[in-house]
Amino acid sequence: MRSKKLNQNPCESCPANAQLAQMGLKIGSFDRVVALAGNPNTGKSTVFNALTGLKQHTGNWPGKTVTRAEGGYVFNNIRYKLVDLPGTYSLLSASQDEEVARNFILFGQPDCTIVVTDATALERNLNLALQVMEITDHVVIAVNLMDEARRKGLEVDTRSLARDLGVPAIPISARTGEGMQTLLMTVEQVISGEIRTQPRRVQGPPELQQAVEALTSKLRQLIPEMPNPRWIAIRLLDGDHRVQEALVSGELLELVQAQRGADVRFSQKIALQGHQ
Amino acid sequence: MTEASLTSASDDSRHSTSRLTVKDLLSSAEALRPTLGEHFRDELVNSLYREAESIARRAVRQKDDHHYDLDQKIDRLVTSPIFGLPLMLLLLAAVFWVTIVGANIPSQMLANALFSLEEQGVAAFNWLGLPWWITGFLWNGVFRGLAWVVSVMLPPMAIFFPIFTILEDLGYLPRVAFNLDFLFKKAGAHGKQSLSMAMGFGCNAAGVISTRVIDSPRERLIAILTNNFVPCNGRFPTLIMLATVFVAAAFPPALASFAAAGSVVLVVMIGAFFTLAVSWALSRTILKGEASAFTLELPPYRVPNIGRILYTSLIDRTFFVLMRAVMTAAPAGAVIWVLGNLSVNGMSLAAHIANFLNPLGVLIGLDGVILLAYIIAIPANEIVVPTMLMVYMGAGMMTESPDHNFLYHLLVGQHGWTLLTAVNLMLFSLLHNPCATTILTIYKETNSKKWAIMSVVITLGLAFLITFLTASLARLAGWVS
Repeated sequence: MRSKKLNQNPCESCPANAQLAQMGLKIGSFDRVVALAGNPNTGKSTVFNALTGLKQHTGNWPGKTVTRAEGGYVFNNIRYKLVDLPGTYSLLSASQDEEVARNFILFGQPDCTIVVTDATALERNLNLALQVMEITDHVVIAVNLMDEARRKGLEVDTRSLARDLGVPAIPISARTGEGMQTLLMTVEQVISGEIRTQPRRVQGPPELQQAVEALTSKLRQLIPEMPNPRWIAIRLLDGDHRVQEALVSGELLELVQAQRGADVRFSQKIALQGHQ
Repeated sequence: MTEASLTSASDDSRHSTSRLTVKDLLSSAEALRPTLGEHFRDELVNSLYREAESIARRAVRQKDDHHYDLDQKIDRLVTSPIFGLPLMLLLLAAVFWVTIVGANIPSQMLANALFSLEEQGVAAFNWLGLPWWITGFLWNGVFRGLAWVVSVMLPPMAIFFPIFTILEDLGYLPRVAFNLDFLFKKAGAHGKQSLSMAMGFGCNAAGVISTRVIDSPRERLIAILTNNFVPCNGRFPTLIMLATVFVAAAFPPALASFAAAGSVVLVVMIGAFFTLAVSWALSRTILKGEASAFTLELPPYRVPNIGRILYTSLIDRTFFVLMRAVMTAAPAGAVIWVLGNLSVNGMSLAAHIANFLNPLGVLIGLDGVILLAYIIAIPANEIVVPTMLMVYMGAGMMTESPDHNFLYHLLVGQHGWTLLTAVNLMLFSLLHNPCATTILTIYKETNSKKWAIMSVVITLGLAFLITFLTASLARLAGWVS
């Protein structure tokens, strides 16, 4: 399904010519997969709708999007599949929506994950951003609700944020469309490697680093295709039952092998994960 | 010699590598964990939070904060222990009042237009000389079912859903959850259950899906099993019709619409009472456990986006529900027409079934026709009233437009309805089993036939029990014979 990097005329990719085409549900074939993560009620669905032209129900209450929604858009002639994950405060607990989100970031292997954050409550939102950055390198932080922050007299310095996090941070207002082009441009550059991210990771004490190291090498032997053994190692050290179970039952292996199937069945499977 | 032993050693190691199992991995994780110290998990989470805090502190600067004040002032009123609940009920009553008053005239106009179309259609078919059963089946069966559903349901939905969506977009729903939390806690249920209940006003299937916001499986099951006690949009027309024809009629015209809205609010409150009572009973019997703590974020109030609200409420909600009703109304209309026109021993099949069900219906203050309507309407509750009226009127042509006077005369004058019939029909409509779509959704969400069946047993059992009690009480007191 995924084609190699498209040959591009340099002019087409310059920001002045950048073009967004909303593709709605026409996501039969695509070149890149982008995931949308974020705390509840930060406007993920609004970003999703603005990009895909779909009308995913948005509402002003936390926890509205419980399953994943998928849609498509074309930017600079590259076709993207956009996956709207349920809003979560963390990826550490075993609730169903957190599991849907973390399973997709981990096993769906999106080419890039946009973490939509609320500019008016940045501290709480960064908790999740840091956890997503533990799982994957390819992260772009979208600092949403900039208009609301300004209304509340808050100044958000996204350059400082990007420097501290080691990943791009783009100010946007999804409702008005402010900053969306820049966001899409940055996503493209992160995927192409033009922007190299160095996500800040909590290293922990030396004992932890050693233990992680030891487990990681074992994991690599066991499941060589494992996308992020470091994160799984930390979860195992933490005694995360869900991850242990997934390893024992072979579910984890199955998910890794299924990779990011373009077919809907896989999406449904992930979405149904936490049902028991 | 040395070389040989070296190869065998490396052979061994390769061997052990390939035999590394998941079990080994887990046990080495277990072995490594003690080296990390007891509070390793907390430390990991804490360092994450510290990191987030320091990064946020460097990036955000507060200039002034007067806007926070307004939000907080509103919140203090809306979530106040004294005014919170009354304000909520007042708001609910206002929404229903606007819906009832606003829907009245468009409903009439739609009904007039569609039923005159039926007459013209029948006349045209007769002129063409088509056999009576084709005309009857298509126009008096299928088309009449559709006409009823569209004229009864469309106007209230087109008013109720946009208002509801505005409240949702403003950020009012989490405040409702906040206000009601103490009640759910006492019932052993999750405070977020009120969010899934709010979604249930639109559609119980949607309400059941929205219980996914509840983490604990026990509390989620409670929320799923009790969601049906919130009257969904398919049942509102029934409630509104009964409130208008029976309750409002007893009041002077100036107060009629308020009385109607008030009685719908009362029904909703009775539904909330049963939600809490059944939650309480479940969490002390088959779903034992304590209510779990949770944090609920009160989002800032946001100015609703009108375009999006109209789209969401009219296309996603109104149109969706209406299409579903239309899809079930057409075959239901056909079934009713066939039942009404197939005669066995000189009596229509519908009359046979209604007669058979009548003793049970009378026992709970209803009648056989109403129960027959509920059976035909299992796929979708929306069509209960149309089905009922079509069976009452038989296969005959409709001579009058179905306004409230006509309904009153048909039900009270010709079919012996009393106030008890109306009250019990409201109660039965509120409590009875979920529609087929919702049952299927419950099965999918719980992944268990047992809980899907339970959802029917609990609701249907309660519906029969309560209506039986009110009917017996009314008869003992001598209010009805």
